[in-house]
Amino acid sequence: MNFPAKALLACTCMTLSAVSLGAQTLTIATVNNSDMIRMQKLSKTFEAEHPQIKLNWVVLEENVLRQRLTTDIATQGGQFDVLTIGMYEAALWGAKGWLEPMKDLPASYDLDDVFPSVRDGLSVKGTLYALPFYAESSITYYRTDLFKQAGLTMPEHPTWVQIGEFAEKLTDKSKEQYGLCLRGKAGWGENMALIGTLANGYGARWFDEKWQPQFNGPEWKDALNFYVDNMKKSGPPGASSNGFNENLALFNSGKCAIWVDASVAGSFVTDKTQSKVADHVGFTFAPQQVTDKGTSWLYSWSLAIPASSKAKDAAKVFSAWATSKEYGALVAKTDGIANVPPGTRASTYSEEYMQAAPFAKVTLESLKVADPTKPTLKPVPYIGIQLVTIPEFQAIGTQVGKFFSGALTGQQTVDQALAAAQTTTEREMKRAGYPK
Amino acid sequence: MTLQQSRRLQSLLLGTLAWAIAIVIFFPIFWMVLTSFKTEIDAFATPPQFIFTPTLENYLHINERSNYVSFAWNSVVISFSATALCLLIAVPAAYSMAFYETQRTKGTLLWMLSTKMLPPVGVLMPIYLLAKSMGLLDTRIALIIIYTLINLPIVVWMVYTYFKDIPKDILEAARLDGATLWQEMVRVLLPIAKGGLASTVLLSLILCWNEAFWSLNLTSSNAAPLTALIASYSSPEGLFWAKLSAVSTLACAPILIFGWISQKQLVRGLSFGAVK
Repeated sequence: MNFPAKALLACTCMTLSAVSLGAQTLTIATVNNSDMIRMQKLSKTFEAEHPQIKLNWVVLEENVLRQRLTTDIATQGGQFDVLTIGMYEAALWGAKGWLEPMKDLPASYDLDDVFPSVRDGLSVKGTLYALPFYAESSITYYRTDLFKQAGLTMPEHPTWVQIGEFAEKLTDKSKEQYGLCLRGKAGWGENMALIGTLANGYGARWFDEKWQPQFNGPEWKDALNFYVDNMKKSGPPGASSNGFNENLALFNSGKCAIWVDASVAGSFVTDKTQSKVADHVGFTFAPQQVTDKGTSWLYSWSLAIPASSKAKDAAKVFSAWATSKEYGALVAKTDGIANVPPGTRASTYSEEYMQAAPFAKVTLESLKVADPTKPTLKPVPYIGIQLVTIPEFQAIGTQVGKFFSGALTGQQTVDQALAAAQTTTEREMKRAGYPK
Repeated sequence: MTLQQSRRLQSLLLGTLAWAIAIVIFFPIFWMVLTSFKTEIDAFATPPQFIFTPTLENYLHINERSNYVSFAWNSVVISFSATALCLLIAVPAAYSMAFYETQRTKGTLLWMLSTKMLPPVGVLMPIYLLAKSMGLLDTRIALIIIYTLINLPIVVWMVYTYFKDIPKDILEAARLDGATLWQEMVRVLLPIAKGGLASTVLLSLILCWNEAFWSLNLTSSNAAPLTALIASYSSPEGLFWAKLSAVSTLACAPILIFGWISQKQLVRGLSFGAVK
């Protein structure tokens, strides 16, 4: 074979290998949150750096995504290469072997920089199954102008009783000004996330050490009575159908004096393009009562690779890129430092970031103290602050959420709602074979 | 009051009532279109704003983030193919049941309709597994088959009722003139039932176009129709109502325009058969 022929053969081989590598397409399932949409936008940089990997995005609403991913992963459908999941799914799916362990990450990834609470929440028996994209806790938002007008001062660590008193003073229903906005929409990730942390603050727990439901105890009664009484007194009308977005809309339009919810709202309520009260928002820790244990929730949107993926290596390269320090630096450069995905890395919380994001200090401290392994005053057999990491929890949590939402609308009393929650949870746990 | 005045008043009242009902029905669509031209802060303003500075930023955002044409093309291919397939099966089925009725015809029709009573989620897992094993996940073929099967009962029912209104004597006359079965169907039956068939086609198209459960569960990127595009703009954390309205407007527009153009046929069809 002469030289030109050899050169031609070599070129053909190189082109073919490039074509075969170029055929690697990753299908990424994610949610329509601001940070995720930004990731989709900035992923062009990743594609430029990795020309052999093409990204295909499937963006879905959170509940639809959860159902879609559960169907796909349980049947080993192999529709997706990268999944956006929370701590609940990471723990359960990781334990079942449905997710690829996140091993052999490059040294530059600096796993030690990731907050231990977040890392542990995404691990099963020391094995990491997802890389955290952003994490959130729950904090208290309040209107500094209204507090000033009323001569009130918000403590750094308020109690629920104090919050109730402030809310009552700041409520003026004739002006459509409501003292307290809390989630009321039924669902394990909706009202039960908030009520779960509220109950933790009152010393309540979902189950005792023998997996016996505890809704018949005085702690749950005190917590739910506080919630229902104060929401009736100081809450907006139709609170039982309000979730995160509805309360965000109320707060941003100046109709809420106090709102306790996810720390991710910090960037929304201070954004002048969507908030009318952006200059009058204060931030403090989530309320506590008899204890501060489990009063701030912990949740992380993370990237995981299903075991059924046919492009695991490329998926790992992308997941590591999207959750790396370099990605944070890219966001800071293109969209401003306040938009860096929060809550996952210690290095994010630089002096510059703390100044740009006024809610960062409270979020950081809340994330540091959130411990899903010790979420309540009394000991529990489960992991999770605002949730219980067992497969049965989705159904139980949503059903209990419906009873509590019913108590808020007045369909039933607090005692009836608690009795129904106790009976239902006992029945479902027995059916599931607990104690195991 | 004379009889003429009384009739005029009655007509005026009926007209006002019809307009009021039409406005109530149309208002959500009007509000969706209006919101699509608002900024996010205007979109959730209370009291709701009728007067505002319109913006195209939501449409520009959608154009930048999503490949609308690809989603719309999938919707068109899936809806029209499923409707065509549905009609291909439904017309002969309805013909035999309408003109060669047996003791079991009524029972068969009721059984077909009863399949619509099963909640789709009840068969999600078996259908998902079937689609997976046949390699049909995220393909247009999967949705065409599913939509055909979902709409078949209602299409058979509609075509059956239209055929039932056609006198058998006309078909017998055609047969006496030497028409074959094919000629009887194509040259006699279908032209008479044209209005009814048009409204059936339109209804089937609308049902396919708007279907969301199966499209969200069986597709991911390659075969995802417009319903999946709408779902991608719904967010539990963040207020994107204006963008959601814009994408919904874009998703509804083609079928609304199609319905507007063919409304004459639809009205004719609806006043022809059993839905009258």
